[in-house]
Amino acid sequence: MLYREAGDFKTTYASDQQTFPIKSERALFWLFMAAAFLIVPFLINDYWNKAVLMPLLIYCMAALGLNILVGYCGQVSLGTGGFMAVGAYAAYKLMTAFPWMDQFSVTILAGFVTAGVGILFGLPSLRIKGFYLAVATLAAQFFLVWMFNKFAWFYNYSASGQITAPERTIFGYAVTGPSSLPWATYLFGLTLLFVFGWIARNLTRGRLGRSWMAIRDMDIAAEIIGVSPLKAKLSAFAVSSFYIGMAGAMFFANYLGAAEVGEAFGIDKSFLVLFMVIIGGLGSILGSFLGAAFLVLLPVLLKNLMVDQLGWVTDLAAHVQIMLVGGLIVFFLIVEPHGLAQLWRLTKEKLRLWPFPY
Amino acid sequence: MNVHLNPVNEFRMTRPDDGIARGAPLLVADNISLSFGGVKAITDISFDIRKGEIRAIIGPNGAGKTSMLNVINGFYHPQEGTITFRGERRSRMRPHVAAHQGIARTFQNIALFKGMSVLDNIMTGRITLQHRNLFWQALWNGPAEREELEHREAVEHIIDFLEIEHIRKTPVGRLPYGLQKRVELGRALAAEPALLLLDEPMAGMNLEEKEDMSRFVLDVNQQFGTTIALIEHDMGVVMDLSDRVVVLDYGRKIGDGTPDDVRNNQDVIDAYLGVSHDA
Ligand SMILES: Nc1ncnc2c1ncn2[C@@H]1O[C@H](COP(=O)(O)OP(=O)(O)O)[C@@H](O)[C@H]1O
Ligand SMILES: [Mg+2]
Repeated sequence: MLYREAGDFKTTYASDQQTFPIKSERALFWLFMAAAFLIVPFLINDYWNKAVLMPLLIYCMAALGLNILVGYCGQVSLGTGGFMAVGAYAAYKLMTAFPWMDQFSVTILAGFVTAGVGILFGLPSLRIKGFYLAVATLAAQFFLVWMFNKFAWFYNYSASGQITAPERTIFGYAVTGPSSLPWATYLFGLTLLFVFGWIARNLTRGRLGRSWMAIRDMDIAAEIIGVSPLKAKLSAFAVSSFYIGMAGAMFFANYLGAAEVGEAFGIDKSFLVLFMVIIGGLGSILGSFLGAAFLVLLPVLLKNLMVDQLGWVTDLAAHVQIMLVGGLIVFFLIVEPHGLAQLWRLTKEKLRLWPFPY
Repeated sequence: MNVHLNPVNEFRMTRPDDGIARGAPLLVADNISLSFGGVKAITDISFDIRKGEIRAIIGPNGAGKTSMLNVINGFYHPQEGTITFRGERRSRMRPHVAAHQGIARTFQNIALFKGMSVLDNIMTGRITLQHRNLFWQALWNGPAEREELEHREAVEHIIDFLEIEHIRKTPVGRLPYGLQKRVELGRALAAEPALLLLDEPMAGMNLEEKEDMSRFVLDVNQQFGTTIALIEHDMGVVMDLSDRVVVLDYGRKIGDGTPDDVRNNQDVIDAYLGVSHDA
């Protein structure tokens, strides 16, 4: 077997708290990353980029953000769509107001703007919990969508009410706009996800992550050992919204190209990302990726199977898909609340013992 | 009870010295009264805790012992009276501020972080001692990692001290009750507290577990010089461990002194010892 822990002794605390403590797992990760960065860009075409890869990268980013809030800090949010909209509109305003600004800066600044808005809408969490907080974030969702529709300043008074991404290049290659290059767009998204995925891992492994989890598991005990609920909750809202804002900016600028807020960032987005986090695994970085991959790939696979292979009508296929996702969510909530990530962990434990389970 | 001492242990309390001499009052409660609606939980109680001692708080169920600890660490705000800790007087304070001032505690009903491992639970106890901000933590490599490793080392000493090396990585929810109590003590110790509040740390334990826990409490007090306030029902344990005892009944103080004083106090015998134990 490839997957072996034997002989891999930890002699320092530093090596004990590595992200991938097992050598073969570490190797696998870097191999995977090398393929993603060096091979995929050569194989990519427009269909794969639009149907699979970009949605995958963007939803990974959004799920990562929501997981920090819901999975790590235990604060329920149904406002993801609204926060993605903030990121999208912030990116649009930045791109049109500062045409010289490079797209990495635009996306990251859009994240910061969303973080600020996230803190604002996170304030109620200092007073209310659970169901009531969910309702408050739902209100944020509807308020934000309404606001971006209502005030024409946000869409630069365009007649259609839409926002449209102008062309922006990185090293001369277009990553936004109608003539953006699939491979360049993909690498742009991948780079951001890689860097901020790493940062998410760092934030959750240390003091900040533990203060979030302490608030999640028992807020009173957390406060009594010195966690400030205000700082912990608001920092979770800020970091979470930062990621979701970047996802929204990418969804608009690198993926859609043009967007209308109600259509692109409605409540269905909030639920979709929440489902990703639940299916993937609450409180797990890997789970965010697995959940996003699952819900991005499932419809593509199902459509391939049911419509293209079996020749079903699209409507029927869509309904089957909704039922399947609904069933899976119920399954995971009841049977495996730690989601796909936990299934992966269990598989690894089995592998570690294989072929001698005792 | 035979309590044997742990030999040398490298873990040291590193909190800066507060200039209060051993035996001088570390915490003074002045005329504390606390009520919930019509229920008077504490009525006009004054007592002090001296630096370096083990101060037992005893009394029948509902006497107001837990409420007193909750007042001390800022979780309840008394309607009357003040708490003076390390010479600083205060009447209202948030619990996390009390934690930063050096007050740590365990709970009558275990309050561990169920989703986290033993190691992470105890690491969380060091939150008041870690300072790297979000920026450094995002980078990780460098100052944040160094800080993390420093604290990990301190926590490993606590894990050794409490003899829980084998369950380091176990999620606390999977542990038996007695071990959970021990982990909770570890989390409180990790804060290197100036004052450690223990709310019935031995409740529900068997004899062996009680002896272990008594040994830990005594070792913490003697090796690290940590001042301890201890709520306990087992009179044998209280008499063995504590330097001084305060006795509460129906929210009032009815006795205060050395274990021997308290044992011979007629009010105490009537209210407490005579009822639930053979004095
Ligand atoms: N949060 C609270 N709300 C209402 N009453 C309380 C609360 N906490 C404690 N009490 C009351 O205060 C009294 C003392 O309780 P407690 O301090 O828990 O006693 P002990 O720890 O000595 O058993 C009891 O009558 C209890 O019902
Ligand atoms: Mg009590």
